[in-house]
Amino acid sequence: MEYEVVIGLEIHAELATKSKIYCGCTTEFGGEPNTHCCPGCIGMPGALPVLNKAVVEYAIKAGLATNCEISHYSRQDRKHYFYPDLAKAYQISQCDYPLCRNGYLEIEVNGEKKKIGITRIHIEEDAGKLIHDEYGRGTFVDYNRSGVPLIEIVTEPDMRSSAEVKAFFEKLKAILEYTAVSDCKMQEGSLRADINLSVRPKGQKEFGVRTEMKNLNSIRAIVRAVEFEAKRQILELEYGGVIERETRRWDDVKGESYSMRTKEEATDYRYMPDPDLYPIYVDQEWIEQIRATIPELPDDRKKRFISELGIPEYDASIITASKPLADFFEAAAKESKNAKAISNWVMGDLMKKLNDTGLEPSDIPFAPGNLARLVSLIDENVISGKIAKQVFDIMWETGEDPADIVEKKGLKVVTDTDAIRSVIIQVISANPKSVEDYKSGKTKAMGFLIGQIMRETKGKADPQAVNRLLKEELDKL
Amino acid sequence: MAITKEDIERLADLARLNLTPEEIEKLTGDMETIINYSMNKLNELNTDDVQPMEHVLPVRNVFREDICEQSFDREDILKNAPEKAEGCFLVPKVVE
Amino acid sequence: MELTKLTACQAADKIRKKEISVPELTYAYLDKIIELNKKIGAYITVCGQEAEKQADIVQKKFDKNEELPLIAGIPAGINDNICTSGVLTSCGSRMLSNFVPPYDATVIKKLSQNHAVLLGKLNMDEFAMGSSNETSWYGQVKNPWDPERVPGGSGGGAAAAVASKMACFALGSDTGGSARLAASFCGVVGLRPTYGTVSRYGLVAFASSMDQAAPVTRDVADCAAVMNVIAGYDPLDSISRDSGYEDYTSFLENDVKGLKIGLPKEYFSGAVQKEVKEKVLDAAKVFESLGAEIEEISLPLFEYALPAYYIISSAEASSNLAQYDGIKYGYRAQQFEDLVDLYKKSRGEGFGEEVKRRILFGTYVLGAGNYDVFYNKALKVKRMIFEEYQNAYQKVDIILGPTAPSTAFKIGEKTVDPLDMYLIDAYTVPVNLAGLCAISLPCGFDSSGLPVGMQLIGKPYGEGTILRAAFTYEKNTGGNGGIDRGV
Repeated sequence: MEYEVVIGLEIHAELATKSKIYCGCTTEFGGEPNTHCCPGCIGMPGALPVLNKAVVEYAIKAGLATNCEISHYSRQDRKHYFYPDLAKAYQISQCDYPLCRNGYLEIEVNGEKKKIGITRIHIEEDAGKLIHDEYGRGTFVDYNRSGVPLIEIVTEPDMRSSAEVKAFFEKLKAILEYTAVSDCKMQEGSLRADINLSVRPKGQKEFGVRTEMKNLNSIRAIVRAVEFEAKRQILELEYGGVIERETRRWDDVKGESYSMRTKEEATDYRYMPDPDLYPIYVDQEWIEQIRATIPELPDDRKKRFISELGIPEYDASIITASKPLADFFEAAAKESKNAKAISNWVMGDLMKKLNDTGLEPSDIPFAPGNLARLVSLIDENVISGKIAKQVFDIMWETGEDPADIVEKKGLKVVTDTDAIRSVIIQVISANPKSVEDYKSGKTKAMGFLIGQIMRETKGKADPQAVNRLLKEELDKL
Repeated sequence: MAITKEDIERLADLARLNLTPEEIEKLTGDMETIINYSMNKLNELNTDDVQPMEHVLPVRNVFREDICEQSFDREDILKNAPEKAEGCFLVPKVVE
Repeated sequence: MELTKLTACQAADKIRKKEISVPELTYAYLDKIIELNKKIGAYITVCGQEAEKQADIVQKKFDKNEELPLIAGIPAGINDNICTSGVLTSCGSRMLSNFVPPYDATVIKKLSQNHAVLLGKLNMDEFAMGSSNETSWYGQVKNPWDPERVPGGSGGGAAAAVASKMACFALGSDTGGSARLAASFCGVVGLRPTYGTVSRYGLVAFASSMDQAAPVTRDVADCAAVMNVIAGYDPLDSISRDSGYEDYTSFLENDVKGLKIGLPKEYFSGAVQKEVKEKVLDAAKVFESLGAEIEEISLPLFEYALPAYYIISSAEASSNLAQYDGIKYGYRAQQFEDLVDLYKKSRGEGFGEEVKRRILFGTYVLGAGNYDVFYNKALKVKRMIFEEYQNAYQKVDIILGPTAPSTAFKIGEKTVDPLDMYLIDAYTVPVNLAGLCAISLPCGFDSSGLPVGMQLIGKPYGEGTILRAAFTYEKNTGGNGGIDRGV
């Protein structure tokens, strides 16, 4: 039987505020355990929450950037459950009246465009962190993260493949980065996704029973988890099994999900409006003020890169998917006259370096202007393309200006025809066999001779001059 | 409405309260009285067209600015902890 | 001169005239505590050394002729649900029997800034849940007028301490009437401020939508003086508002001419004791004789306030008390099998019966399927009651009624059926539910010699009006209701 996979995401993004959602403690990542805490962060008697205005503004910004309606009336609710990382034994979240609703993002997979619905975006507080003790004393609780502001973005079950999930997630991540709503550092847990997935026979209207996988914190893990879980559910059904409504844990090392054996019906969160917090009213004026602060988003930037800078659509999509990369590219392209060449360098050597080193685009160790000047050096025939790759490597290591590198290492193209001619004459006289082959019509011999000349000149001879002069010398014979 | 021992046990489980058999016995009766009293009483009133009132004061949008303040000393944060180690609160092993 | 018989205002005057010193006054109270606390059980913690030290510091300031606030040097007791940095704050519960906050509640900061002398922490019903002070982990507080009787609750320690001269004034709390009820049973004055007037920061939450710290004092003037100190906007409490009052003592005028006082017939029907009813009606006559206009009004929703209050307050309590889980602070069971067992045993052993009852009821009314029937319904009834009072205040300036349906009852008399106990709060909870303010003050004694309390209920932010009426009554009936008779 043919099956259709149905996927919805719940994405948690930590907001880029300086202080926590309900108190003045810092949101800074890391720090010694329990040093970013006050009575509120650890649920001490008598402590009270006061809402950070920036949290509301960031959430509205995220909502506007994802085509959501912004609620004029919004409320904060308590969600109750016992867990050691949840200091108050309730999380302040939003239940019936979230800040944003009914948005969407458009994705493109294999040339096909598709809208993925966003059900809602609400604000809530993050929980602390549990650390397993290697010496078997138990579990340590660190509340530094307790009260760091989050938005939860809930999608409609609109995705049908891991490729769609990847496209949506990358798009959303780019938007959150562009709007500076979140730093999206997945390795620090700033951005994480829960996956709701079910399968159904193709053509069936009703959804199948879904499972949930929580807290996936890399795109790779999300893609693999979707693929594994879809396959698992299909196999289960194919062999006459049933899918349990359950939470499953994704083990990224083993590459499989397994049941956490939690009974869903046992959870009763007993939501109630938080009596300590007044409702949030957002009027149109406030919405427009926030809208005015939204920068150009990835789709618009992509269009502009294609039309203004003339780079291919494919390159533009890749580059604009990451704001720091797009910023780097744009700065380099503006300084250079050759945006296409910049785009080639970014798509090629630069991306490879990032991949190999595991660095983020924000960590590129040289300035965009250096790449622009490197391209100019090639375009102005100061160095050859081959030498440029060497210069690029040195730039990556030292961050030096390419012109300085070329100067210091003596990598300039040799354009002095007398010098080149003397090397040519020397190579011709040392390789009479090849010269004979060439004369008898074997053009391949020409390539061998050029290689010898380049070796003698350490690749610095101007290739055009070499071609022209070699022909001249051979014709003389 | 009849409240059973099982109802009380389920509630106690949800509220993470250990109850002795005597307590369950007594609380089952108490809860039935309180639940029925409050429900019957309030059901005398028609509230169809009434909006629930969460706050008595018609206030909205109370915010603080996004400014960092000094956190507490860790010593003060941890000083009341029944068990602590390595600058953290210590709990029995959490199984996931 | 018996120093502990002085009201705060009288003592403040004598300190300034150098007739008495702050240390003398403080020692007098500490002596009184040594003499009486074993019998009455009003204090959980006595801060003798700190009080003496503070008294010396304040006296030095007076000696240097510094301008000091009225309550400077006045010895006060603090309810044990108000956080005091470095001093046990137990809420009358085993759960917090080892909890020493690292910070002061805003009201404590304000008292300190005003150089009050803090004598110690006062006993109360566990987490302020109770009407008789029979639910405290630290034992029963006894009514100073008759040690076989309850002092009212939950602020029994506060009212008993003020009545028995173990504190010049006390800071209690009033979520459903705790301060007023205990004040009424012990023959002292208790004021429930309009919700939001006093910062809740550091007041351990019971029912957040109604919690307020509340002054418990010897007389009405002291009550206004304490309000001057504790009221005010606090950025640490989102709910807190600026009430617009600069000086509560400016309302202490002997004048009720033209004041419209409503007597709701529902407050004087069935459940109320005959003697209580008579005393309160006598008080109405006093007001009338002084030029106030008395008008009978009707508040048909009166009887619905109690169930609505119990649903809302228990729901909020079940939520607020979830954080007591034996992990960050407070009681942790000695033996447990795993994390869930730790939670259950710590909470099972740490909380007393009444608290458990309310947590279960609160958990029930918020549960899936029950929310609309109970909690949301109660919030709707709350609006109806709110509107009924708003309408009443179109006609009258204040509402007069009994604070409680009876005078102090015997210890153990109402502990069998929880509903019996809850009904004691019937006259106080509407005020909390509807966001009103109210003052309870003595209006005579019943035939057993127990104080009767009456309640003047004002509209939101109507503290000025009720203080003026209460002050006028007090001035024209011979002082503070016979409190000088002592215990």
